[in-house]
Amino acid sequence: MEPVTDLDVGPKDIHDVEVAETTEDWTGAIGPGPGPIEDTEAINVAPNWKLVWWRFKKHKLALFSGAVVIVIAMVAMFPGFFATMEPHGSRATMSFVPLQRLRFFHNGSFSPYVYGVVGARNPETLRMEWKIDEEQIVPVAFFVQGFEYKVLGVISTDIHLLGTAEGPTEENPFFLLGSDRLGRDQWSRLMYGTRVSLSIGLVSVAVSVFLGVLMGGISGYFGGVADLIIQRLIELLQSLPAIPIWMALTASLPRDWSVEKTYFAITLILALIGWTTLAREVRGRFLVLREEDFVVAAKLSGANQRRIIFRHMVPTFSSHIIAAATLAVPVMIISETFLSFLGLGLRPPAISWGVLLQEAQNLQSIALAPWLLLPGVAVIITVLALNILGDGLRDAADPYSH
Amino acid sequence: MNPTEPLLSVQNLKTYFFLDEGIVKAVDGVDFDVYPGQVVGIVGESGCGKSVTIKSILRLTQKPGRIVEGEILFRSQLVTDADSGSDVIDLTTLDPHGRRMRAIRGAEIAMIPQEPMASFSPVHTVGNQLTEAIQLHEDVNDDEAWRIAIERLHEVGMPNPEQRMDAYSWELSGGLRQRAMIAMALSCNPRLLIADEPTTAIDVTTQAQVLNLLRSLQKMYDMAIIFITHDLGVIAQVADYVVVMYLGRVMETGPVDDIFHNPLHPYTKALLKSIPSIYSPSGTELPTIEGSIPHPFSRPSGCPFYPRCEAFMPGVCNASDPELQSVNERQSASCFLYEEK
Amino acid sequence: MVQYIIKRLLLLPLLLFIFSVFAFVLIQAPPGDFVTSYIAELAASGSSVDQAQIDALRSMYGLDQPMYVQYFHWMGRMLHGDLGASLDWKRPIAELIRERVMLTVLLGIFTFALTWALAIPIGIISATKQYSFLDYFFTVFNYIGIATPTFMTALILMWLAFSWFGVSITGLFSPEYVDAPWTLAKFIDLLKHIWLPVVILALDGTARLARIMRANLLDELNKPYVEMARAKGMSEWRLVLKYPVRMALNPLISTIGWYLPLIFSGSVIVATVLNLPTIGPMLLRSLTNQDMFLAGAIIMIYLFLAIIGTLISDILLAWLDPRIRMES
Repeated sequence: MEPVTDLDVGPKDIHDVEVAETTEDWTGAIGPGPGPIEDTEAINVAPNWKLVWWRFKKHKLALFSGAVVIVIAMVAMFPGFFATMEPHGSRATMSFVPLQRLRFFHNGSFSPYVYGVVGARNPETLRMEWKIDEEQIVPVAFFVQGFEYKVLGVISTDIHLLGTAEGPTEENPFFLLGSDRLGRDQWSRLMYGTRVSLSIGLVSVAVSVFLGVLMGGISGYFGGVADLIIQRLIELLQSLPAIPIWMALTASLPRDWSVEKTYFAITLILALIGWTTLAREVRGRFLVLREEDFVVAAKLSGANQRRIIFRHMVPTFSSHIIAAATLAVPVMIISETFLSFLGLGLRPPAISWGVLLQEAQNLQSIALAPWLLLPGVAVIITVLALNILGDGLRDAADPYSH
Repeated sequence: MNPTEPLLSVQNLKTYFFLDEGIVKAVDGVDFDVYPGQVVGIVGESGCGKSVTIKSILRLTQKPGRIVEGEILFRSQLVTDADSGSDVIDLTTLDPHGRRMRAIRGAEIAMIPQEPMASFSPVHTVGNQLTEAIQLHEDVNDDEAWRIAIERLHEVGMPNPEQRMDAYSWELSGGLRQRAMIAMALSCNPRLLIADEPTTAIDVTTQAQVLNLLRSLQKMYDMAIIFITHDLGVIAQVADYVVVMYLGRVMETGPVDDIFHNPLHPYTKALLKSIPSIYSPSGTELPTIEGSIPHPFSRPSGCPFYPRCEAFMPGVCNASDPELQSVNERQSASCFLYEEK
Repeated sequence: MVQYIIKRLLLLPLLLFIFSVFAFVLIQAPPGDFVTSYIAELAASGSSVDQAQIDALRSMYGLDQPMYVQYFHWMGRMLHGDLGASLDWKRPIAELIRERVMLTVLLGIFTFALTWALAIPIGIISATKQYSFLDYFFTVFNYIGIATPTFMTALILMWLAFSWFGVSITGLFSPEYVDAPWTLAKFIDLLKHIWLPVVILALDGTARLARIMRANLLDELNKPYVEMARAKGMSEWRLVLKYPVRMALNPLISTIGWYLPLIFSGSVIVATVLNLPTIGPMLLRSLTNQDMFLAGAIIMIYLFLAIIGTLISDILLAWLDPRIRMES
């Protein structure tokens, strides 16, 4: 027995209208009329997106995941603000500095700091080896000045979220997540990597959605020969083993291409295999919707095709598309990550989570510097949050799926 | 079986659904009896609780629904009451998944569901499902079960029963599917058959055939039937006794002739009036019952029908709940008009 | 049913042709060819080659001929079973593959078996005991399993094994067995090592499969035919397994065919991280070194398996669901 507030089937127009209070709108035995009305109020129906939002709000976990995703998106948009040191700056002598954990309470009061590090030259390998030195207290402040960067590529500034009071120097390094073999700050690189990894996910999903809705729509709405061809194409693409194909395609990108070109190429490659699932779903929906009464009604009242498609049909499943898109982003992120990890995707000097993880490919590196694995944790958290968020959206968009 | 003692007696049955948004009192105090060989028709609008009532009888209520109060007394020949040893057993005390309830379900009380198409498994043959129904309750081998199944199909008027056994349910037409479902329900000679709107999904001609079939089978097996429908015309054809339900409560009960010729409850009267008559002159406005079924979470207090009742008595009808009382020697109604002070 | 299979089989050569062209183009896509990267390698190590030698190399490998000629040579050889030689390893490709194929298949089959053995029961329990503690536990497990890329699991386990136990868990054999001939002892050693990649791969696969199984089963559990079975007096477990589970499994079983190529290719990442002697890492290396023939041969094999896999899936689906059989 579902409570009667759910009326999200049917054209969008009806949703904004109050159910009329006269019997003329209805034939048959049901209809408000004279008699005690206080128990039979007309039901106000909210627009579809509001219903979806209310249902979504009930899932506390999905809500929390949404918040996490927003935080990650903030980092992706303003990596410079969150970074502490220049992401490309390498310091030959400061390789594999261990993680300097941020601590907040010193002698009972709130005063953030990290422990310093002390280095010693290994007599055999002649390399500097670094250890945490709990004798040194390096105070940390918020909103400090640091290296210059551009916000959204336009505004120059040098304010950062955190930093050491005197700015990181060789005597007082500030490696929140340690440094890699070239002495680069992992924390800052993680921040910049977030932007690339997340945006590749978003852009490739956007392209997928576009292709999927377009092809699925043509296929489902128009049917006939177009449908046949597109369906065969989808079958063909879906039967391909994705991983070897991706590997082969990305491997075929010329090595001398610029970072931007490679970025776009990879986005395209990921999207090219990814659009098929969405296309199938969209096609299925169009096939069903085509026969629905409200579409026939719209046709009969003279609406042209474009209006029918965009004003009547698409809104009914737009929430599904959003949910499906949200669930597709983590797939793309993982794909880019492992492709770059294998050396086939983005390459240095580009920074993405996969590129960062390249440094952690073998046991020696991990044994020496386990903190190099932390970008992987970023992947896990992001993918987890996006998956939960996507599931929450999907459940909110279609409660009958339960 | 003593014809003067009821086969099934539902007393003050209450089945509530506990949702996040609130409690839906789908069945809120229902009483009626079914005697051996009698056809009882339960009639009411959608949402009045007819289906939930019969699911409760069969102990098929799923979460978040639950029987919260009441008794369902059944005179069983297979199961005896654990404590008293009597053959009258209260079904609400049995574990719905337990052996005893399962022995009763299908063998003594059988159900014909609302949608025979969806109630057959699409990937198993009709024969497979039929023999399964038989072998669940009778100790026979596969060949014997097969034979019995074919016999049953024959009884329900299925042409070419041997062939049909290997067919899938979706290969059969609506009418044949319904017959196969009836055959499956009757395969173990139940003493009570519950038919959940069996004629709603089929056309009028097939409807007549199915009703005739049910009537002849009823006589042949001397079984009682509880027949659920919202169609008063069907009630007039099949029922001996009528139970009128509204919003989870019984409004009126009585023999079918009395209900149609001397309805007591204002709701029954309104229902009968709202049947369009083929004899009325054209252009007559379709009679309706004013008002609409209230939202499940905002039921009116007092008599559930008072917001739409022509005989509404302010201060009485909305103040307290009426009880189902005998008005004359055959009919009972739940209405303050007949309440003895 | 037989007609259906025959129809699909007839399409096979056409698909194979399309895919082979696709694979060939893929391999040729990187600018330059093996000789280019070979020269680059030489240059990096200090030596150099002059133009005459370059041309000789090119013609020796047949790289100076137009594309379609190369394609026909290549396809022609493949159809005769001659997979050609690897430019990089300088050995016949068939030999290279044969050395690794058995281990690859073993890894794939164990993973497949473990995944299904875990995922189906987990899915069934989650769906039938919805909202119970087990369901929540499995849901959490599923989410984390899906969110963690397989190579991360591999890396983390590698690190844990090393830092806690001082053990290096790479490779499939202990040092003494690597080149030894096959004996029971060697096989047991293999088992001792292979369980780790199998578990890592199965974790990811199980999480996905269990989630789908749960969703499918939840859809079916509310349907009228399940209630009808209950009304007949069937016991709960029996009816769940006979009816809704069977329906819920249908779409899943039709994906079994896709495991065929997956058995060969799915473990590329984990195999690379853990340094396993399977086909996957070989593919990776051939791609980065532009060892065209090797990469092409492997990809061709994958594509061929993919086609067969799809065919198997379709046949299975038709066999299991009589509605589809009747339609065609």
